[in-house]
Amino acid sequence: MANWPVLSVTTFLPLIGVLFLVMLKADEAGARNARWIAFWTTLITFLVSLQLVWRFDPSSPEFQFVEKRPWLAGFGTYHMGVDGISLPLVILTTAIMPLCIAASWRAIQVRVREYMIAFLALETLMIGTFSALDLVLFYLFFEGGLIPMFLIIGVWGGPRRVYASFKFFLYTLAGSVLMLLAIMAMYWQSGTTDITVLLRHAFPREMQPWLWIAFFASFAVKMPMWPVHTWLPDAHVEAPTAGSVVLAAILLKMGGYGFLRFSLPMFPFASNDFAPFVFALSVIAIIYTSLVAMVQEDMKKLIAYSSVAHMGFVTMGIFAATSQGVAGGIFQMVSHGIVSAALFLCVGVVYDRIHSREISSYGGLVNRMPIYAAVFMVFTLANVGLPGTSGFVGEFLALLGTFKVNVTVATLATFGVILSACYALWLYRKVIFGKLEKPSLASITDLGWRETAIFAPLIVLTLLFGFYPKPVLDMSAASVTALLDNYQKALGAAKSAALAK
Amino acid sequence: MYQAIVLLPLLGAILAGVIALAGARARFPGAEPSDDHHAAHAGHAAHAHPEGGHDDHHGPVEPAAAGSRAAEIITTSFLIIAAVLSWIALWRVGFGHHDERIRLFTWIISADLKLDWALRIDTLTAVMLVVVNTVSALVHLYSIGYMNEDPYRPRFFAYLSLFTFAMLALVTADNLAQLFFGWEGVGLASYLLIGFWYHKPEANAAAIKAFVVNRVGDFGFALGIVAVFMLTKSIDFDTIFAQGPSLAGKTIDFFGWNADALTLICLLLFMGAMGKSAQFLLHTWLPDAMEGPTPVSALIHAATMVTAGVFMVARLSPLFELAPNALAFVTLVGATTAFFAATVGLVQNDIKRIVAYSTCSQLGYMFVAMGVGAYSVGMFHLFTHAFFKALLFLGSGSVIMAMHHEQDIRNMGGLKNKIPITYWCMVIGTLALTGFPLTAGYFSKDAIIEAAYAGKNPFAIYGFVMTVIAAGMTAFYSWRLIYKTFHGAPHDHHRYDAARESPLVILIPLGVLAVGSLGAGFAFKEFFAGHHVAEFFRESLKQGAIIEDMHHVPFLVAWLPTIMLALGWGIAAYMYLLHPEIAPRLARQHDALYRFLLNKWYFDELYDLIFVRPALWLGRVFWKGGDGYVIDGFGPDGISARVLDVTRNVVRLQTGYLYHYAFAMLIGAAALITWFMFSGGGAH
Repeated sequence: MANWPVLSVTTFLPLIGVLFLVMLKADEAGARNARWIAFWTTLITFLVSLQLVWRFDPSSPEFQFVEKRPWLAGFGTYHMGVDGISLPLVILTTAIMPLCIAASWRAIQVRVREYMIAFLALETLMIGTFSALDLVLFYLFFEGGLIPMFLIIGVWGGPRRVYASFKFFLYTLAGSVLMLLAIMAMYWQSGTTDITVLLRHAFPREMQPWLWIAFFASFAVKMPMWPVHTWLPDAHVEAPTAGSVVLAAILLKMGGYGFLRFSLPMFPFASNDFAPFVFALSVIAIIYTSLVAMVQEDMKKLIAYSSVAHMGFVTMGIFAATSQGVAGGIFQMVSHGIVSAALFLCVGVVYDRIHSREISSYGGLVNRMPIYAAVFMVFTLANVGLPGTSGFVGEFLALLGTFKVNVTVATLATFGVILSACYALWLYRKVIFGKLEKPSLASITDLGWRETAIFAPLIVLTLLFGFYPKPVLDMSAASVTALLDNYQKALGAAKSAALAK
Repeated sequence: MYQAIVLLPLLGAILAGVIALAGARARFPGAEPSDDHHAAHAGHAAHAHPEGGHDDHHGPVEPAAAGSRAAEIITTSFLIIAAVLSWIALWRVGFGHHDERIRLFTWIISADLKLDWALRIDTLTAVMLVVVNTVSALVHLYSIGYMNEDPYRPRFFAYLSLFTFAMLALVTADNLAQLFFGWEGVGLASYLLIGFWYHKPEANAAAIKAFVVNRVGDFGFALGIVAVFMLTKSIDFDTIFAQGPSLAGKTIDFFGWNADALTLICLLLFMGAMGKSAQFLLHTWLPDAMEGPTPVSALIHAATMVTAGVFMVARLSPLFELAPNALAFVTLVGATTAFFAATVGLVQNDIKRIVAYSTCSQLGYMFVAMGVGAYSVGMFHLFTHAFFKALLFLGSGSVIMAMHHEQDIRNMGGLKNKIPITYWCMVIGTLALTGFPLTAGYFSKDAIIEAAYAGKNPFAIYGFVMTVIAAGMTAFYSWRLIYKTFHGAPHDHHRYDAARESPLVILIPLGVLAVGSLGAGFAFKEFFAGHHVAEFFRESLKQGAIIEDMHHVPFLVAWLPTIMLALGWGIAAYMYLLHPEIAPRLARQHDALYRFLLNKWYFDELYDLIFVRPALWLGRVFWKGGDGYVIDGFGPDGISARVLDVTRNVVRLQTGYLYHYAFAMLIGAAALITWFMFSGGGAH
């Protein structure tokens, strides 16, 4: 039993759920069954994925749970595996999905079966993205994940869903075309699509910038980095609540994961050369989008902009290429996955009741929704990066790691700490505090048990990782060290070679 | 025992918090967002929403939350236990010399960064434990009486205890990150408590202002921490103190300024202290924080949290000692604050704001002492100030209660006979604050002024002059408050007639604090500013030659503060007791000056003009102009407009667009696979 392919099972288990869903009828009972099937599927997937945590050896930087089979008649392989960089993101994915399904329980009333199919397919594709060890396989998962997301926004989205999904499409298409070309070039140069081999392959120095740019285009859009971030607020606003949750919590992490898996280790020279460029974009993202967040009138847009700002810390930390920077970037991704998911769920709670995302439609909710107010407060504070919440650890480590490399960048990024307090507390005040005066809110109800149950694990994780971030940091430590050792070695070898000349 | 001291308040906060949430749940049973009409119906049936707001200071009249009494008893008794244990701790550590370091568990490990949750117990910490827990226990007790009419008491007591825990975490910190945790934790509690009456817009605004201004300070603090880590590879106090001397001469390139590393670090860290301790330029939040309930003002905004900055400099004194330029800056800021806040305090009319500006000013005194290297003297003033300033705030609270939530001293007067116990407590507090001989403030404040005189840094004399002038002004505004509130003729007869002395649960804390205000200085002067300093504090803070030097200042300097007290007191008595018509006339004659002071030197307006408005303006420009016009206009919208022109003729968008995109992706994938098939086939 010890050798069952737990990673593949985790990845494809949701598709089994899809099989069941396909057989359902499209009536009321079918919708109810669809919810339960999807929920149990994601829950079981999560439980299975815990096996990965259980059996993962955090002291080894190698890929683990590796499965390799010939595929596509020999020119691509089915090659899967996780290391300390991808495992946290896999677990994040499997942990968030049951909550998404539960959050959609009442909000989605049309085409429930199709909705659940889209979510389960999305889960498979996302896990696959994080665990694929073959370029072709990675590309398929990576791009394939967009399809269900298009559908989720486009079919179950808000009134401007056409515009939003079009924008999403244009941005990602531009990025993925370039990445596709880069993948071809890499295969042509190295003769393999095996990521484990490519990680050790030294790409010619003059080729690296082009490959780096091509990958960067795709990952920067996903991240999203300034100035290719404008699809995100629209996509969030139009997506249904659970769609926003997946988008913020997991899809955005693909960009950061890509930087760590490809850009940094495979193109060390280019990464080193372009680091100032990434720093500049990160700092702009942090300050610019924080300022923009301060003047938003739509709750989801505000949180979306704050996501861009928080992702700025991730890119900054990663390209600082120091232990704390990278570890902080990874931790920030996990933390943001939890916190932003919870914030979008918070918006979803009131949206389900009042059907408005306008900040001005609310005010004084604490008078009738005290539990909700308390929950929202926890995540607002985590968003602000208060020590004791997970939000602090990631930002703190990223700053710590970046300051060593570039004092100016770290200092400018720290302005984000002030600005995040401004917009997050302003939002909270406008929505929660004050007198409850709007007639439309007079009979609004506090969280139900289902909603409380969705928030409970997120609160626990936010506080747990705030006080005891060790599980996540330990999980990724060995891989981060190995990644940076190789990175420095590659740069150092070139330096000594240059000196020898 | 130390674990109990720190964790009992946390336990109390959690229990009270659970009671508060359970009570809230009982009031508003949650419900799923079901069909709209059904929800509306259920809502009306469940609870007819009361229209609150008939009273400015209390929320909608509702029955008190269930378990209010339990929450009060739990949190207050826990705090009393913690306070008693703290005094035992001070005895053991300060006099028994049993320093300890208790490691609780690991916090962050990332490569060479290793952080523990740990309790660092030395005399400096023990002093703070005593201050925090004693005042907090008394404030808890007081709040049982003061908040008696408030329906949300469990929440209030949960916040109070949460604050106490965060403050204890701050003072027991063993590394900079833990200090920062407590630092932001008290900031959070302060935010929650200032905004406790969340239906008041001013309270909400003040809460956010407090948090954000503190964040500005924390910006520096955070950078200071990372700079320390960059240079020493550690942020544990022991390690950085050991490495401190070796950093001399190192530089950091900071925005083109080739800064001396130690100076830069200390200045950045001090920026945090300026925010938390409401020093000049970052002081604007403190007066506004008076929107919170009065016990909060006493605990957080007078006795404990605002002194965290002073504590920080004392804790980091081994570092500051190595950065004389930073210390000079500390003196400069402290002296300026002492003077500035005193001038504003002269003309304010809100009883709590007068005391708030006084707090601001006294904190300036403490920083003057820190800046000249007399750390123990600064701590002495922190210690005595906690007693008499908490007393003044709680006394003001008692006045406010008696006057039915009137805070404007112009509407008071003649209360002396109505509330005599409160009156005498306030007088004792005022005597101590103004430095009347043999009261607590006399010893600590005089010591600071002497230290400033004896100080060696470039701003020491500036500090001396400013603190002496401020001492006179302190006497003036303090006695002005007493005379306008308690003496003369009542101005609001309706409220005057209804005024009643507060209940025992309020008077007991006042009495205890009054005893402290009278005796704490005399009892402890040798340990903080006398001959036992070295023995008492040992390694917990730096002690220089200044402690010795300040005992040898000229006779006149030693008496100068007392002379200033007599002067200020005399003028106040003349203007407000004997000739009340003088004050308004003076204000009219010097209208510009009066307005300048009344409007607090126009700092709020200035900050609004140079920070708040530009930030919002930039946000809008970036949003509409940057994102909307430039990026989208030339990016997706421009392209999609072209694409749409084409596709509109080809596909019926309404039905086909999504599958269209999905299809495009599949084509991409298919193209990739095909390509691999051919090229891969060729390669092998």
